[in-house]
Amino acid sequence: MGILEVKDVNKRFGGLHALKDVNLSIKEDTIHAIIGPNGAGKSTLLNVLVGKLVPDTGSVMFDGQSVLGRKPHEINQMGISRVFQTPEIFGDLTVLENVLIPCFAKRDGAFRMHAFETVESEAELIDLAERALVDVNMADKRHHHAASLSRGDKRRLEMAMCLVQRPRLLLLDEPTAGMARANTNRTIDLLRDIKERREITMVIIEHDMHVVFSLAQRITVLAQGSPLVEDTPENIKGHPKVQEAYLGEAH
Amino acid sequence: MLGLNKRDTRFLLIVIALTLLTPFILQPFPEGSALAQFNAGYPDLMQRIAIFGIFAIGFNILFGLTGYLSFGHAAFLGVGSYSVVWMYKLLDYNVLPGLVLAIITSGLFALAIGYLSLRRSGIYFSILTLAFAQMSFNLAYSVLTPITNGETGLQVYTSDPQYLMSEGEPITPHLFGLVMNESYKLNLGGWVFTFNIGYYFTAVIAILAFYLSLRIFRSPFGLMLRAVKSNQTRLNYTGLNARPYTLAAFVISGMYAGLAGGLLAAMDPLAGAERMQWTESGAVVIMTILGGAGTLMGPVLGAGFIKYLEKIFSKINENVLEGWFSFLPEPLREVVVWIFSRFTGEGWALTLGLMFMLVVIFLPGGLMEGGERIRNLIRRKKNKPGDGASPDGTPAE
Repeated sequence: MGILEVKDVNKRFGGLHALKDVNLSIKEDTIHAIIGPNGAGKSTLLNVLVGKLVPDTGSVMFDGQSVLGRKPHEINQMGISRVFQTPEIFGDLTVLENVLIPCFAKRDGAFRMHAFETVESEAELIDLAERALVDVNMADKRHHHAASLSRGDKRRLEMAMCLVQRPRLLLLDEPTAGMARANTNRTIDLLRDIKERREITMVIIEHDMHVVFSLAQRITVLAQGSPLVEDTPENIKGHPKVQEAYLGEAH
Repeated sequence: MLGLNKRDTRFLLIVIALTLLTPFILQPFPEGSALAQFNAGYPDLMQRIAIFGIFAIGFNILFGLTGYLSFGHAAFLGVGSYSVVWMYKLLDYNVLPGLVLAIITSGLFALAIGYLSLRRSGIYFSILTLAFAQMSFNLAYSVLTPITNGETGLQVYTSDPQYLMSEGEPITPHLFGLVMNESYKLNLGGWVFTFNIGYYFTAVIAILAFYLSLRIFRSPFGLMLRAVKSNQTRLNYTGLNARPYTLAAFVISGMYAGLAGGLLAAMDPLAGAERMQWTESGAVVIMTILGGAGTLMGPVLGAGFIKYLEKIFSKINENVLEGWFSFLPEPLREVVVWIFSRFTGEGWALTLGLMFMLVVIFLPGGLMEGGERIRNLIRRKKNKPGDGASPDGTPAE
């Protein structure tokens, strides 16, 4: 039994059958990649996992609880964090403040009106946030405006914001999209590092085969809305069906 | 001090000093001089600047921090005024019970309007608040006449019960005997300074209001409000629902507006439905943007600026202008006076409109950004020999 169980999920957009009988089981403490050509339904699947889309049929269970029909903030509270294709950060705030917000959210759980304390006096949380920034090598930029960061830094900041909450499941939507090779490698190292240091499950949706084969322990190939194969990276590489559907086309 | 760091404490002390010294600051020209008409140190104007400063500070907690633009805050202003006048009618002329009631009723009112309006964001939120405020205005103007006295406006009559009224108590608004419209005049050389009890009462409340807003700006709650403005998607995926935060900010700013409305009635014991008109809602938006939305001092500055224009510019009529331009030959003078009189006197709003346009186009951060730029310019000039100064200034307060 995996930590995330997707059963018989179907989703249609008008005439388009975006997800067809998707069954997926993600084991705890693994890095699981979902790959597939454009239009295979990867992003739709991800949006179903975070509750942004409700499938027409089927179920999505996280640790024995259904995620369907829950709001994004409730899904986060269950222990699922998400990194977006275009980093979603608080552009008007400083880097440190960006990381502090998830710290407050995690500690308080829900709405709390701390109107008479100062942010400065929350030494414990600031310490936590600063350590999270050290983990992604951004401690020296903690007083920068988040909007002024480079794309790679924004991505790392977003990861720090997710990781500081110690999620059980981290969903990454093309974490290296639009990055130069050097930055991509740094991101791979960062993710590998995180995985080594703590128990965490990651689901990565990725186009870049280099990233996928460097990180993933399991790979699911999605084609035209349904899973084609699920296997280890070694087996996927030589799989004839995958060559045909994806790698053959890409290379 | 008071839960503030050193920099903010200094900032607060400066604000307190400026507020308490306003009767001097706004009276820079000696009586009888040609420039005396630009003096603004008289009670009515100073009270209004402080009151609308409170209104704008509260509005800024909602608009400046969360980015939700309410176009209906005048409704709370009106509710505050009515509450205070009702307390005069039922109890006595002591302003305190009325002001407490004003904050409570406007808070409840804001809770109801905010709960419904905050289901939408952006322009839909603005339109909803505008609709609710106009509904409130129409209710006050006609339907609820028994409570609001309709178009005449609510006022105290001798037939009112005034249960707490005691023998010899003042029959104008007062705070435990301190009569609001009493003033003390100080003659100093050619200058006349007026110290008005009503002004100092509103000034003390304005300082408290400012202090509270400063605390909110620096608090984790304020941080969350800024996060709402910056990126709601990320806030949601961080495990927080934005709605309670925006609703809390809406209620707080509604209470500020109610307090401001109450103070208007504490200075002048009247309450009319026109206080709930959309023009009043628009005025506070303009004050906040003109001064600098999201900054601490900006809204107060904007409020002062607009009230000054409204009172001082509107006094400059054609006769005054004739006097100024008497050195010009007759036909030219008439032309110049005609042009200037479009922008002064009753045309003061045209000057305000032009200023607002210029500020929005060239200084999107409001007057505070203007001040910031001047400060940076001076600093850069000072540092020029070394040329190693950092170009980025600290953000405006």
